[in-house]
Amino acid sequence: MARSVPPTSELALPQGTPTDGTGLVAWGRTVFRGAPLLSLGFLTLAVACALCAPLLAPYDPIQTNRSQTLVPPGFGRHLLGTDHLGRDILSRMIYGARISVTVGFLAVFVSGTIGTCIAVISGVLRGWPETVLMRLTDAFLALPFLMVAVLIVSLLGPSLVNVVLVIGLLRWMTYARTIRSEVLRLTEMDFVRLARAAGARRRRIIVQHIFPNIVNTLLVLGTLEVGSAVITEASLSFLGLGVPRPLPSWGTMLAESQTHVFTAWWLPVFPGIAITLLVMASNLTGDWLRDRLDPTRRQL
Amino acid sequence: MTEALLEVRDLAKHFPVTRGLLRGKQIGAVKAVDGLSFRIQPGETFAIVGESGCGKTTLANLILSLVPPTHGDILLHGQSIARFSPAELMLYRKSVTAVFQDPYGALNPRMRIGDVITEPMAIHGYARRARQQRLQEVLRAVGLSADSARRFPHEFSGGQRQRVGIARALVLQPPLVVLDEPVSSLDVSIRSQILNLLKDLQAEFGISYLLISHDLATVEHMSDWIGVMYLGKLVEIGQAKTTCRQPRHPYTATLVAAATPPGRTPPWTLPIMGEVPHGLDIPSGCAFHPRCPYVQPICRTHTPPLTMLTAQHQVACHLYPEAMSAATWPPAPVTSA
Amino acid sequence: MQAPTQPADDTPLLAVRDLRTHIFTRRGVVKAVNGVSFQLRAGETLGLVGESGSGKTMTCLSILRLLPRGARIVSGEIVLQGSDLVTASEAALERLRGKQMGMVLQNALAALDPVFTIGTQVGEPLVIHQRLSWRAALRRVVELLRLVKVVAPEMRLHSYPHELSGGMRQRVASAAAIGCAPALLIADEPTTALDVTTQRQYLDLLKELQQATGMAIIFVTHDISLVGNMCDQLAVFYGGLLVEYGPRQQILSQPSHPYTMALLQAIPQLGESRERLASIAGEPPDLGRLPAGCPFHPRCEAALDVCRTGAPPPVFPLAQGRQVRCWLREQEHDRSAVGSA
Repeated sequence: MARSVPPTSELALPQGTPTDGTGLVAWGRTVFRGAPLLSLGFLTLAVACALCAPLLAPYDPIQTNRSQTLVPPGFGRHLLGTDHLGRDILSRMIYGARISVTVGFLAVFVSGTIGTCIAVISGVLRGWPETVLMRLTDAFLALPFLMVAVLIVSLLGPSLVNVVLVIGLLRWMTYARTIRSEVLRLTEMDFVRLARAAGARRRRIIVQHIFPNIVNTLLVLGTLEVGSAVITEASLSFLGLGVPRPLPSWGTMLAESQTHVFTAWWLPVFPGIAITLLVMASNLTGDWLRDRLDPTRRQL
Repeated sequence: MTEALLEVRDLAKHFPVTRGLLRGKQIGAVKAVDGLSFRIQPGETFAIVGESGCGKTTLANLILSLVPPTHGDILLHGQSIARFSPAELMLYRKSVTAVFQDPYGALNPRMRIGDVITEPMAIHGYARRARQQRLQEVLRAVGLSADSARRFPHEFSGGQRQRVGIARALVLQPPLVVLDEPVSSLDVSIRSQILNLLKDLQAEFGISYLLISHDLATVEHMSDWIGVMYLGKLVEIGQAKTTCRQPRHPYTATLVAAATPPGRTPPWTLPIMGEVPHGLDIPSGCAFHPRCPYVQPICRTHTPPLTMLTAQHQVACHLYPEAMSAATWPPAPVTSA
Repeated sequence: MQAPTQPADDTPLLAVRDLRTHIFTRRGVVKAVNGVSFQLRAGETLGLVGESGSGKTMTCLSILRLLPRGARIVSGEIVLQGSDLVTASEAALERLRGKQMGMVLQNALAALDPVFTIGTQVGEPLVIHQRLSWRAALRRVVELLRLVKVVAPEMRLHSYPHELSGGMRQRVASAAAIGCAPALLIADEPTTALDVTTQRQYLDLLKELQQATGMAIIFVTHDISLVGNMCDQLAVFYGGLLVEYGPRQQILSQPSHPYTMALLQAIPQLGESRERLASIAGEPPDLGRLPAGCPFHPRCEAALDVCRTGAPPPVFPLAQGRQVRCWLREQEHDRSAVGSA
């Protein structure tokens, strides 16, 4: 193809968007426009529960009470009822939020870090490292998640840390692939070419030019993956491979409710709704972020 | 003769095309740049004119030392850069900078303009104070306000971004700047602003330009010398005005005819045949022969070398078999079109 | 190919009157086309010249009624062979597009679908609009490809777009546009993505096609040097307005709008020797934030007070069918009006 096309199309919206204040404030202002408020609200609620669980929960979530088993939800002492061991559902939900949010964010952090490192190394170095790392990615993608999870948990024993590890080590491939294509696109850009022509070393290029421009993609991916991590943790806990009892993971609560499904509807319903809502909130927020930060719109 | 600022000797860059399981077998090569030789004097503008696929981008990459040449040499002040130590290579990078075509892709959207412009100084270890001072100087020189330094690229128009690119290219006071289609992506009414700016900067600071462009009118206006490039080779080198008024190579003539404003007759009218072939299918002998109305049998088998027509003009064409032999011009067609 | 029937009288093929197209965005209204009027006769070529963001492409999209989301024709008339396109239904327009109006775009690779062969794509409008069988349509496609000088057209029927060179793709896209012998062809920057030498070949081809079919062409470009051989009439766009309109020869030799004058002086021409190019200070206007008065006044060296306030200058008809939107020409207009009275 010969020529590049004339610059902005007829549809170009006004350039020269005035930004006052520092870059960070302006970035925040542009980013948070048109946000899905309910989703963000729910995510904030979940994070609040996670951070302030001891303050918010009316009861001790693992304290059993033989005299109060299977109390239905109502405006009495237990807003959401109690389970078969007399533990307050509301408190367990709040502490369960803490587990879900913690696992969600930590797992995303671990897999995001692994994936980004692999992406940047393969995208910048190219050649053999790229080939090896990409084949490694393909190999990991072929692994059956559940079997490997079972393997790791049975070797290391169930615990919160191990759940984070399992998810983190088995879910980095999405990041690796997506970020790598971003890195490849960036290394072709003129400003990187000019930096290299000026004598910039690889480290400078990665830190100054590549990394700030993949933050957006990482943010979008991370938000979407939180939902995925939450549901994975819930599934693992449901199968007994996740956090150990009596820690009140929502997945564990679902598992324990199996025998009482027909008599105590509140046992599976609340944790089920909570998982659904958290995943939906994270997906909707991630979608909105992706539209918002789409580089083809030529705004920040 | 004064020593040339930059000399290019038989520069070539071949990209191997491989096949096979491990990409081991080479079945051919794309000769993007195939034996270029020219000189740029201090304070002058040397233009490379060519259409798509002629190898201009690869040439820019070679001059900027972004890719190593397959063979041939680049000499700065008479010294071959192939033999430079890393420190000398860094000096070379200070001396040869570039402005690229796309004002939108040339600036990191996450960096403030001030940082963008002073990045070369940061790379070469200049102190903050020096950078700030120099920043204000170049901002003034390219006509941007002092407070632009704190703003981000998306706040500027295409023309202003190109000024930023020029400021960055000049920040270390290089003797040579490579201009790769510097105004092609800009609005027409802005182009002359930038071209005038480039000329003013050249007059003030004595910079040499290597101007790469497809637009012959711009090139004639800006340049002292023109090299016409076709499929990796230079087919004609001469002074800008002479080459545009009396092109010697048939390909140059087609470029001139295409660029001649309507209402004026081009100096040498000849039919335009065919299109530029793909880099993998370079014709044998003279690469232009399938499209040339003057093709002779020898053109299909022998690549014509660049011969000196006059001291100031070189052509690579079998129409001029010996040096100094441009008796009749324009040449009479050998075959009917 | 048969030429479309010429109207018996001298009515123009296409008449655009006071067209206004606005784009409604969250940030406000962008007045993309702000009162544009012109006419086109059969067999004529009209050049729409202007920079990016001047309104020329939106004008064409308004004619074709292919406006992007958020854009709407707010007032004005577009009359093609007697029918008003502004009020026409989508169904009526679908019958018109491809049949009476053909379109060639800038990036031919984007105009051609990569998963269908050339034969399919050029033949499709023939099958749809002229109800030919595929066999008959493909025969016609071969004729069309020969008309646009594609070598070995029978073989090319089965080629895919990516197998062709840039120039050939543009010619194929043109063949698809003229397949049903439209009365009007809109070519929007058709040569921008082509090499300089290919550009010339293509423009010569376009001229030949026009002579063979008698269709009218609207030729949109940002490069005023291309209109020289192509266009009979010229319309210069700036800031969503037609600032100058008239016979091409005269406008190029004696421009009357300051923008046109400045533009012609700012472009380097081969064969001249000027030390410095005239340059136009400032930047093209932002259509979302147009200044009051004439959109060109911030960059105009001859701007008067009246140019800076109120509405943009009205259209002043000048001699010989020329029109200009400039307060400076008001007296000239009065003189020529008096002279012809």
